Amino acid sequence: MSTRVFGSGIRRREDPRLITGAATYTDDYTLPGMVHMVLLRSPHAHARIKRIDISRAKAAPGVVAAFTGSDIEGALNPMPCAWLVPNSNLKVAPYPCIAKDVVRYVGDIVAAVVAETPYQAADALDLITVDYQPLPAVIDPEKAKQPGAPQIHSGVENNVAFHWTVTGGDVDGAFKKADVIIKERIVQQRLIPNAMEPRSTLAHWSGASGELTLWNTTQNPHIARFLCSVVTGVPEDKLRVIATEVGGGFGSKIPAYPADFITVFCAKKLNRPVKWTESRRENFQGTTHGRDHVQDVELAATKDGKVLGVKATSYSGMGAYLSTAAPGIPTILHGLMLSGPYDIAAIKEDVYGIYSNGTPVEAYRGAGRPEATFILERMIDKLAAKLRMDPVDVRMKNFIPKFENGHTVPTGLSYDSGDYAGALKKLVEHVGYKDLRRQQAEDRKKGRYLGVGVSTYVEICGLGPSQVAGAVGFQGGLWESAIVRFHPTGKVNVFIGANPHGQGEETTFAQIVADEVGVDVNDVKIVHGDTQTTPMGWGTYGSRTTAVGGAALVMATRKIKEKAKVIAAHLLEAAVEDMDYKDGKFFVKGSPDKAKTIQDIALMANVAWNMPAGVEAGLEASSFYDPPNFTYPFGAHLAVVELDPETGQIDVRRYVAVDDCGPQINPVIVEGQVHGGVVQGIGQALWEGAVYDENGQLLTGSMLDYALPRADRLPDMEVLSTVTPSPHHPIGVKGIGEAGTIASTAAVYNAVIDALSPFGVETIRMPVTPERAFNAIQEAKAGRR
Amino acid sequence: MYAPEFDYYRAGSVSEAAGLLRKHPGAKLLAGGQSLIPLLKLRLAAPAAVIDIGRIRDLKGITVKDGTIRIGAMTTHAELAASAELAETCPVLAQAAAGIGDPAVRNRGTIGGNVAHADPASDLPTVLVALEARLMAEGPDGKRTLDAGGFFQGLMTTALKEHEILTAIEIPAHPKGQSSAYAKFAHPASRYAVIGVAAVITASGGKCSSARVAVGGMVPRPVRASSVERALTGQELSAESIAKAAAQVTENLGNEVLGDIFASEQYRRSVASVWVKRALTQAVGRAK
Repeated sequence: MSTRVFGSGIRRREDPRLITGAATYTDDYTLPGMVHMVLLRSPHAHARIKRIDISRAKAAPGVVAAFTGSDIEGALNPMPCAWLVPNSNLKVAPYPCIAKDVVRYVGDIVAAVVAETPYQAADALDLITVDYQPLPAVIDPEKAKQPGAPQIHSGVENNVAFHWTVTGGDVDGAFKKADVIIKERIVQQRLIPNAMEPRSTLAHWSGASGELTLWNTTQNPHIARFLCSVVTGVPEDKLRVIATEVGGGFGSKIPAYPADFITVFCAKKLNRPVKWTESRRENFQGTTHGRDHVQDVELAATKDGKVLGVKATSYSGMGAYLSTAAPGIPTILHGLMLSGPYDIAAIKEDVYGIYSNGTPVEAYRGAGRPEATFILERMIDKLAAKLRMDPVDVRMKNFIPKFENGHTVPTGLSYDSGDYAGALKKLVEHVGYKDLRRQQAEDRKKGRYLGVGVSTYVEICGLGPSQVAGAVGFQGGLWESAIVRFHPTGKVNVFIGANPHGQGEETTFAQIVADEVGVDVNDVKIVHGDTQTTPMGWGTYGSRTTAVGGAALVMATRKIKEKAKVIAAHLLEAAVEDMDYKDGKFFVKGSPDKAKTIQDIALMANVAWNMPAGVEAGLEASSFYDPPNFTYPFGAHLAVVELDPETGQIDVRRYVAVDDCGPQINPVIVEGQVHGGVVQGIGQALWEGAVYDENGQLLTGSMLDYALPRADRLPDMEVLSTVTPSPHHPIGVKGIGEAGTIASTAAVYNAVIDALSPFGVETIRMPVTPERAFNAIQEAKAGRR
Repeated sequence: MYAPEFDYYRAGSVSEAAGLLRKHPGAKLLAGGQSLIPLLKLRLAAPAAVIDIGRIRDLKGITVKDGTIRIGAMTTHAELAASAELAETCPVLAQAAAGIGDPAVRNRGTIGGNVAHADPASDLPTVLVALEARLMAEGPDGKRTLDAGGFFQGLMTTALKEHEILTAIEIPAHPKGQSSAYAKFAHPASRYAVIGVAAVITASGGKCSSARVAVGGMVPRPVRASSVERALTGQELSAESIAKAAAQVTENLGNEVLGDIFASEQYRRSVASVWVKRALTQAVGRAK
């Protein structure tokens, strides 16, 4: 007899191995005869390679081989872009694995050295001479689009990789009849994801069989296999990708990387296993970045605070080359979300994807939705300030009313279910909003500057219906798969195509299975991350693993139950239609005392001594679940910050989150996801930001200069929730991986502006460093004088 | 992040370390490794030999005797931060040590390594200058004592001669009426001091009989804020007099104020007095 574990905050079963250092990551593997690869990366943001000499490196002690861009020609295909956004005049510039003629960002790969030890390889790297002719560089996406800006790829005029537009409703009409129009330039700065585990690849080529095994730090091993096959020519059936343990990704481990394929190239050339692991400094330069938008936004509203329309022009930095999914992030995942939780009749956005001399930009936790949320939440607060209304009231006035089964917004998306006012109401009641504002006013009189900021959001996750994926140019499907296999002893293995790398599905998926088929949660083991043992799946990103993979799992368990019922009926000599099921037991209706447990049935199915006619042996089922729609989690967050008016330093004093991800499988894991997400969003508001100099050198190239959030700068979080099931999902769940990040940047930023408002400050660049806040105060004071 | 090749020696005593230094030109001393190892890994330093002095027993520990605190050069920041004796006799040092880096850094990093490295953004040099500490060195010409005030000569430059080893630091324990504090504007990434201010105040009858204030982080080496000290000496220790004195700090910063992408020179100049004020206020608050 099992107890229901769905909804119970059991401990994460992956944690013992993770926190005791027992997990085995890619870099932990050593194979017989293995050699080490290091990469020479460009120190220039933009330069012509006039000459490159690797002869001294080749002769260095311990060196096995060295390669340049000429060596890989014909052996490695160019890097593919896998999100070809339609109707955008997309120009995919050639992206070679090793640059041969021109380098386009600091970190572009120019040579590879393989040696017996990584130390010898690093020594040899210093012996390579490259004669560069530096070219002018540009980082800022808006500047890169200007006439006369450095041309980064031939044939890509004004560095415009694509121009994509979304329009819904009568935008001109909305702005014509508006009482107020709010304008703002919003810069959502470039961020560096910094997963705890750096990227790593170990390629094992068997020349005799033509088989390749690739240990790889990837969020999506099946896509990695597919892309590796495309670039290296190793057929998919002979290519195995293993990514069973991945130490965080945040989007930066979605794409394929040149380094992975150079490792394969070297392994094939040398017929020896080759390992490459990036340094943290390489991670800063060579692993994808996120965000990087310069946006001009306008909002039209009536004088009583009803929003009529939003329009925006976005210059979105792509970096030097288009990373695997890059074009889809600032378009499909951003522009289509510009209605947010609000009833806005008219929406338009022009998005220019711009090549620059920066590191390629990819998805970063939230990927497009934090940026859409930031735009709306910023503009709503500006509208509230302009109309001298409370920001909460303006939001309440504009929310889409509660709905349980479908609401279409002007950008064309059909939200599944939502109760946006309900989430904000819960937040406001929990914090005692009116008292908080009263306290704030009193503190101000005493010279204490608190700021209160609210952010509400709706996000799109559970990506997604494959037909839609195809329609928006994603070069793959977006379904997920699961195989549920009962062993003779009643223990269960589940094989999934997605690849959790910290999110906790080894626990939550076991909880789903335990409840669906009535076994103990400890009798279920989730297997993921190895393309040889798991069914095809599209990976873990976009808060989709539970929303899509979890649904596949539920469907597979239901097939198991159907089959088990047939076997049970046979064993109990009853008709199938007379059977009943409860908590892992199958029995004839009305006779629960004479039952067959799922374990009894698993044993019989596996030994197959007495099976019903026409029923196959084994108790195993698989499902490939293609969702009918996306899921749309939502919520409302509030931050209280304190400004030190003497220094400009800002501290977060309180953080409250109300999130609705539908029914929660494990509330402790949900809370953990919210914590981590919120912290990354606060990081964008206050601390994080890639800074380049005018020559395209990355100045924030290490942990010394790039400020990641630290625990001692953060308050305890108050995490609450509401529960609105998704109507189309078999168990109603929506997804929670990115919600925190989507909401928190805007909440904290709004709080910062609120704290600065007594000084007359209306806008400030992120991250809001002490100097920026201090200067904003001084400038506002000077302006008022 | 792979260091270049070097020979590693572990010295069992100061004299052995001194001998190894003479034998291996260009060798670097390894104390807690919190500065040297990153430099090696980034290949910004490539010594032929590294001499580990981190396990020399004589160089460890804190003793207080006859009004003098003696700290072995290989005493870790964590030990300084946790020392009940220091908290009693010299709180500014314990406080500054507790704010260095993170627990991993504090468990390995040593006061001697930190001070000899002389990073201008480091906390302890500033504190030692305010405390008028004496630094004990041992070299080919024997032992000598250096004043903290003259020890720090510029960016990563000290008065230590070639082959000299910093062995201990001596600080006068606070006499009655003296109190101290450290105020730090920490860089959000590195935790180094963007501005660090150490204040040592002696009060008698509510008035300041002596003030020693040092400012670090924003200048290539810690400097005494003599204008602040003068402005405060003889004054009532009120919020007003402290703020007025703190504002004098800009007089002492000269033309060498550092600036970077996080905090410009101008910004640092603008807010330096705030951090001086905070160090002074906290020190005065600690007076018994």
